[in-house]
Amino acid sequence: MKILRKSGRATLLATGLAAALGATAGLANAAETVVMAVPTFLTGAGAPAFGVPARNGAEIIIEAINKGKLPAPYNNSGKGLAGRQIQALIYDESGGGVKQVAEFRNKVQKQGVDLFVGYISSGTCAAITPVAEELKMLTIFPICGTPRIFEEIDKNPKYVFRTMGHATADGVAEAMYVKANMPDVKGYTGINQNYAWGQDSWRDFDLAMKQLMPNVPVSEKTQWPKIFSGQYGAEISALMLSKEPLVHSSLWGGDLEAFIFQGSARGLFRKKKLLFSVADTSVYRLGKKAPAGAILGARGPYGIFAANVDTPLNKWFRKVYSDRYSTPPVGGSYQAAQGVLAAKYAYDKAASMNGGKFPSKDQVIAALEGATFQGIAAKVHMNRSNGHQAATKHMIGVLAWDKEAGGPIMTKVQEFGPDCVMPPPGVNGTEWLKGGMKGAKC
Amino acid sequence: MQELIVILIDGLVFSSYLFMVSVGLTVIFGVMKILNVAHGSFYAFGAYMSATLIGAYYNTDLPEFGGFLAIFLAALIIGVFFGIVLERGLLRFLYHRDEHIIVLATFAMFLVLEDVLMMIWGTDPYYAYEPMALLGAVDIVELTFDVYSLTLIGLAVIVGLGLWLGLTRTKWGKLLLAVIFDREISQAMGINVTVVFTVTFVVGAIMGALGGAYIAPTISVSPGIGVEVIVLSFAVVVIGGMGSIPGAMIGALLVGISRAAAVHKFPEIELFVIYAIMALVLAIRPEGLFAPAQARKI
Amino acid sequence: MRYIDKTVVGLTIAFLVLFIADFFMAEWVRFIGLQSLARGAVALGLLVLWRTGLVSFGHALYFGFGAYAAAMLTLIGYHDAFLLVFAGTLAAGVLAYLLGFLLRRYRAIFFALLNMAFSMILYGVIVKTEELGSTDGFSVLTPTFLGYAPQGEAVQTTLFIFTLVFTYIITVGVHLYMKTTLGGMSMAVRENEIRVEYLGYSAEKVIHVKYVFSGLVAGFGGAIMALAIGQVDPDSMANWTVSGEFVFITILSGIGNVGATYIGALVFELIRTYAFEYAPQFWQFILGGSLLAIIMFLPDGIWSLFSRLRRSEKAPSP
Repeated sequence: MKILRKSGRATLLATGLAAALGATAGLANAAETVVMAVPTFLTGAGAPAFGVPARNGAEIIIEAINKGKLPAPYNNSGKGLAGRQIQALIYDESGGGVKQVAEFRNKVQKQGVDLFVGYISSGTCAAITPVAEELKMLTIFPICGTPRIFEEIDKNPKYVFRTMGHATADGVAEAMYVKANMPDVKGYTGINQNYAWGQDSWRDFDLAMKQLMPNVPVSEKTQWPKIFSGQYGAEISALMLSKEPLVHSSLWGGDLEAFIFQGSARGLFRKKKLLFSVADTSVYRLGKKAPAGAILGARGPYGIFAANVDTPLNKWFRKVYSDRYSTPPVGGSYQAAQGVLAAKYAYDKAASMNGGKFPSKDQVIAALEGATFQGIAAKVHMNRSNGHQAATKHMIGVLAWDKEAGGPIMTKVQEFGPDCVMPPPGVNGTEWLKGGMKGAKC
Repeated sequence: MQELIVILIDGLVFSSYLFMVSVGLTVIFGVMKILNVAHGSFYAFGAYMSATLIGAYYNTDLPEFGGFLAIFLAALIIGVFFGIVLERGLLRFLYHRDEHIIVLATFAMFLVLEDVLMMIWGTDPYYAYEPMALLGAVDIVELTFDVYSLTLIGLAVIVGLGLWLGLTRTKWGKLLLAVIFDREISQAMGINVTVVFTVTFVVGAIMGALGGAYIAPTISVSPGIGVEVIVLSFAVVVIGGMGSIPGAMIGALLVGISRAAAVHKFPEIELFVIYAIMALVLAIRPEGLFAPAQARKI
Repeated sequence: MRYIDKTVVGLTIAFLVLFIADFFMAEWVRFIGLQSLARGAVALGLLVLWRTGLVSFGHALYFGFGAYAAAMLTLIGYHDAFLLVFAGTLAAGVLAYLLGFLLRRYRAIFFALLNMAFSMILYGVIVKTEELGSTDGFSVLTPTFLGYAPQGEAVQTTLFIFTLVFTYIITVGVHLYMKTTLGGMSMAVRENEIRVEYLGYSAEKVIHVKYVFSGLVAGFGGAIMALAIGQVDPDSMANWTVSGEFVFITILSGIGNVGATYIGALVFELIRTYAFEYAPQFWQFILGGSLLAIIMFLPDGIWSLFSRLRRSEKAPSP
């Protein structure tokens, strides 16, 4: 009898738990809305550099879509996604791939999410891809960089899209820029964080340099500081003592800013030419402290590179963003906004092909596959990996301080076409680089 | 030769950094036997407070060198406030519990404080580079060093010596040693252990905050800086021997100079230096290089 | 029959209920359940150690080692869940056996920290290994079960039963072991080691055995986690914060009962899930706050709630 009574309590507890769990389910899809989950870094080191700018960019676009106030070419497309309002679920991407997979399942199965537009870290994207395919969930990665997503993890994606170029394009564009603008460079070295993104960035840049400038020697002592270490005294000494004049770096966020403070104090940027692959995240914030004369990338035509793009969409975006957050949008803001626009484009197009009725998920996917749509800063061509991987033009330039405007600007900007820096469809990025970048249209 | 000197300087600067970020942890552990994970929060709060005060200071027309006062003021404010609030408000209720419960409680405090930090200062980074810019640079063996980082060496020496002398040469220090040696007997002899604990915790918290406050001008004060410091300071303290101030100093020197040598000679292995030294020390002398002797309980 | 007590009966009932429930559960509930079983198993190992008075702040070492060992086997073409989980468990166990010779000499906070130090070394090695995806980790393909290759939802359903069976066996096994002489020695070591040695037992050996066991189950949990999530990465498998979470779960559960670790793990998952949902920017605050509340107000863990209930029932009415 005792045992019975005990298990009775257990059952009670279980029922209580189940009730508590079930309480929130089924709330989400009540109204005629599209539930869009937007995971991005809200806490930790990734937040100020990427996460929060990305959230801000996405929010502005989502609001404008819901009010039907997007400028051309989206001005005549009505309110919402194919007429339905977006209900955005913005949440934190921190905590590693495993936690995010768990959260992904929660959002899909518990909160009835219709699509995901988000994820910044390559690690999270890599972890999410198989699950998104398994759960048949439309997932748009607006930012993450690793080429492995469609080259190794899923070669035949059906539900997962990425709406910007991947990291290989960054390395190629940087090397091409060096070749065009520093033909006599005597050698190059690097300082990259010792984790996946730093290792990948350096590998692609190094491979591209070996192809494009085979006679330029690479240092044997490239620097690999631990990520988030924040102290670069010894590394800066080593770089200043090295004989190579060009330094490649994929540092970002707090690490980048610390490196710049410590390097400036010691005259590193007068002595060496720095090439920062994602430093656009910090230029506005650093203001005059940003090292003028350094070569800069923004992983595409985003952020500061789009400062003078004269389209209604871009001018509107920059104005709304700057007014609201009192700083211009950076790369992450553009990229996240571009991801949301991809959803807007796909839902509207699918609806028009469906006779104006709200489209099914498969119709939305079909509409986005292989599409070309207008991002904030540039045209996005979804023409790699069966139409799931985007290619856009790429830009690299030299940072300068504009005295008149009192802000940072890009000078000596060089543009690279999408088919110049991205590997051709169906070709593995690393092999493409090693094979001499055959088929690149520059 | 030039390289050797540069390695030595870089190594000393990094060692001083390590010592400054780990000394607060050592002080608290040495006396109270509490492994304080919230130490990372003291560091982060110190850095944010320092950046805020420095920013405010340089908005005024006061003499430029006064900015340095802001650093120490920040450490004092944070250390005293959090030291008293956490020790009196929370930890004292847990002294009779298992030590790992206390560790976990400080871990919980760390989680909470991480978010409190964000509620106060938001996610945007803060800069406070003025003190570093103010001190300028100096050339040693034909290489430019920034003076601010070099002053870190001086600070570490002063703090290390001060704490060590305070512990071995003053009456207060002797009381502390008595408490460290045997808490119950000390109490029986009339030492007010409660006050000793509170003061120690506050001193440790000030030290933790001072680490962050002094480093703040050289970094971007942004979310997540506290987490890194926890791992780093644990490693230094484990290597040096938990709770020993000379140990923390030797541990910091060992790691700092080896790391600088690795950066200059074999940058590929930089990440491993600290782990490798830790593994080596653990394998040979797992209680750390300078660990105080432990009595077995009977 | 003397082996069958209330705990065994309770565990068996829970096992049967969950077994049947598996076929009706919402997918996300099953997924949380699966994670709770995996983390609960690790906490069970910690519980066994805790009974001897030792707490490890580094069991992410064995969790991560087991996960990576299983995941790496999939890279070279093995996909059978039995093989993967066995290999992960064994690999972690062997590692624990080797490190045990060193660690069994240490007590209290030194023991806790040495474990943490070793787990950080593993973390460093993984981050440095580009072939294993560094911080990004790599994907683990869907496992097969002795030739049966489920698709879609059946993958998780099968994996849940697979995990359930093994955790049931492990948990009942631990419970019965605790009642043997060597098992009962735990508390004795915790209370007074030297007296144990005067009785003719080696305290170090007792500790070593428990340590290897805790390594085995942590490896088991890690391997299950790798299969359940389909991904391994160092930040969520081998970082020190992961070790902290395990200790969190152990304290949440309390020392009282082997089954409590799974309830503790479930409560942990639920707190985190709902904190993520309702306070996306401040979930750490909620997690830390709940932990503090439990430490302050439920010093003996969730299990003490049950004990209190029982006690109040028995209390004579005035």
